[in-house]
Amino acid sequence: MEVASLAFHQAARRALADAELQRALARLRQNFQSRRAQAVAALPEFEALRRAGEAIRDHVLQHLDHYLERFVERAQAAGAKVHIAATAGEARRLVLELLQAHGVRRVTKSKSMVAEEVALAEALEAAGIRRVETDLGEYIIQLANEPPSHLIGPAVHMTEERIARLFAAAHGEPEEHDPKRLVAQARRVLRQAYLEAEAGITGANFLVAETGSVITVTNEGNAELTQGLPPLHIVVTSIEKLVPTMEHAFTLLRLLARSATGQEFATYTTVLTGPRRADDRDGPEAMHIVLVDNGRSAMLGSRLQPMLRCIRCSACMNHCPVYLAVGGHAYGWTYVGPMGAVLTPALAGIDRTYPLPEASTFCGRCADVCPVRIPLPDLMRVWREEAFRRRLAPLHQRAGLRLWAWLARHPRLYRRLFGLGVRLLAALGGRRRRLRRLPLAGGWTRARDLPAPEGPTFLASLERRR
Amino acid sequence: MSGERLARLLARLRQRLGREGAETPPAPPPGPIPARAQVAGEARVALFMRMARAVGSEVERVAGLEEVASAVLRYLRFHNLPKRLVVAPDPLLQAAGFERLALVEVRYGTAGADDPVGVTVADAGVAETGTLVLASSPERPTMLAYLPETSIVLLPRARLDGSYEESWQRIRERFGTPPRSVNFITGPSRTADIGLRLTMGAHGPKRLLILLVDRLEHP
Repeated sequence: MEVASLAFHQAARRALADAELQRALARLRQNFQSRRAQAVAALPEFEALRRAGEAIRDHVLQHLDHYLERFVERAQAAGAKVHIAATAGEARRLVLELLQAHGVRRVTKSKSMVAEEVALAEALEAAGIRRVETDLGEYIIQLANEPPSHLIGPAVHMTEERIARLFAAAHGEPEEHDPKRLVAQARRVLRQAYLEAEAGITGANFLVAETGSVITVTNEGNAELTQGLPPLHIVVTSIEKLVPTMEHAFTLLRLLARSATGQEFATYTTVLTGPRRADDRDGPEAMHIVLVDNGRSAMLGSRLQPMLRCIRCSACMNHCPVYLAVGGHAYGWTYVGPMGAVLTPALAGIDRTYPLPEASTFCGRCADVCPVRIPLPDLMRVWREEAFRRRLAPLHQRAGLRLWAWLARHPRLYRRLFGLGVRLLAALGGRRRRLRRLPLAGGWTRARDLPAPEGPTFLASLERRR
Repeated sequence: MSGERLARLLARLRQRLGREGAETPPAPPPGPIPARAQVAGEARVALFMRMARAVGSEVERVAGLEEVASAVLRYLRFHNLPKRLVVAPDPLLQAAGFERLALVEVRYGTAGADDPVGVTVADAGVAETGTLVLASSPERPTMLAYLPETSIVLLPRARLDGSYEESWQRIRERFGTPPRSVNFITGPSRTADIGLRLTMGAHGPKRLLILLVDRLEHP
């Protein structure tokens, strides 16, 4: 997927004017926020789990070489083959080589954000391999030929009406609006795909060093059908997903379900250790695990290291006023919302993504809800500084920032200017004491009035009181 | 794999972390096991049933193996389901007497795409969230709980634990190296991918019946 993050402002403007998208986003906000809040309230240990989750992830990152080496050793001992891909290109090549070596023409695939990140779908298409996405949301966006707009709800930007039209066209059946019937249609089509697939590709939520196991989490059960039916299973995931033991995984799984959908536990959590055993009656004959670096090792030992704690729950975007206003596509790449605003510059380069860390009000809700306590606004600030240092933003922005910084270092002048500004705004507010339009903030005042300042500035009134 | 690529990556990680040859200290302790999971006896059974029902599972308590077959038949009739069972080739289930049920077709093995009802046995149950733990083995193929539209799972009362950790300890003691697939199943298959409306039976079972069997010895 091409990085389109430089066009954030244009894309955001389009998103704000898209009534269908705005309806979908309003629904998302209501759903996800209240469900998470309920699940957290029902578990008194939630804060203690967050702290433990943070400590576990920090420890693993600090000793990633150790856990990675152990994982590879145990996974291979269980009969899986592990491959390391340093770059996105290497990851695509490795997967294609595996598929071609097994003579595979048809694959099913469950959700893997790492596969999105390395643009695996395009590579499969170019090689003439038919791919069917089995996560229902991924299946929908595959039909629409769109990228995902959310970590766990890839089609969350679409309304039922749009999905109904897509299904009618793809399945050659009359248009159906009842979600139950739409799901039944997809179930029929995907059943066939599962049975025909010669290989299944999945992602991984966690990798367990102690046992060399891969953990997948779904609500649909599609990961199990994807990896359990064909003779070949390929896991595409990244190097930082390790946990020391299953007990550590359970701590993170308790956090994941509640933070993601507000469930107590996801419907299907599966721990896979190697391929089919000699006497087993089902399961793949071969299991390959592709571990992708693609820029992550460069984040280790840097100020951005805490971002690698992320367990991809989506709580940060579900609570972000910017994401909830513009949706996921505006971010222009695989990872969206606050976690995307930090991760995308690290993986795709700040020069191609500098508007993303700017796309935040720094309200801090993302950090408040993060299950592994990633200080997301602080990390966005790291990128803002870097972008300023590299002079990436347009001249007028940088000049404005410089001017403000200069003023801030001259407090007397600063106060006088702001005092003037306050009086000017108060005068413009008129008798209604409200501003209906504001230069340079037309978007803001289109939907609401700005209250005019009441009285002098804080410092001025403080001085007067003395 | 090429050990070279791994060696290169490990060297890079060590350089980034500045820990050439450094020891790895013990991992920090896992987070707390929720207090609500730390219950025993009938309180544990009650918690399991409440949590399982809250996620859409149906739970029926039966006294012993002799009651299992008739409970299954009642369930098929109640939901007006096809009377065709694919059953795990497990000695326990083979002794449950499904063949004696009138007009019910029974096959032992793993599930195919057209099997409407699958029956298997759980290795453990977790009261904390009403979760079943199924470990793959030749006697208990995984697909039995994924392909059919209706999934029926026996859970011996003696294997009902409070938390996931206890159940995993059970798996560890029993198998050493974990079997190929250990499935934690919490309710029937579901999706909210169409308009965020919860719909059951996305790919896996549309309904899940748990038969909690009080007296049952299972090796």
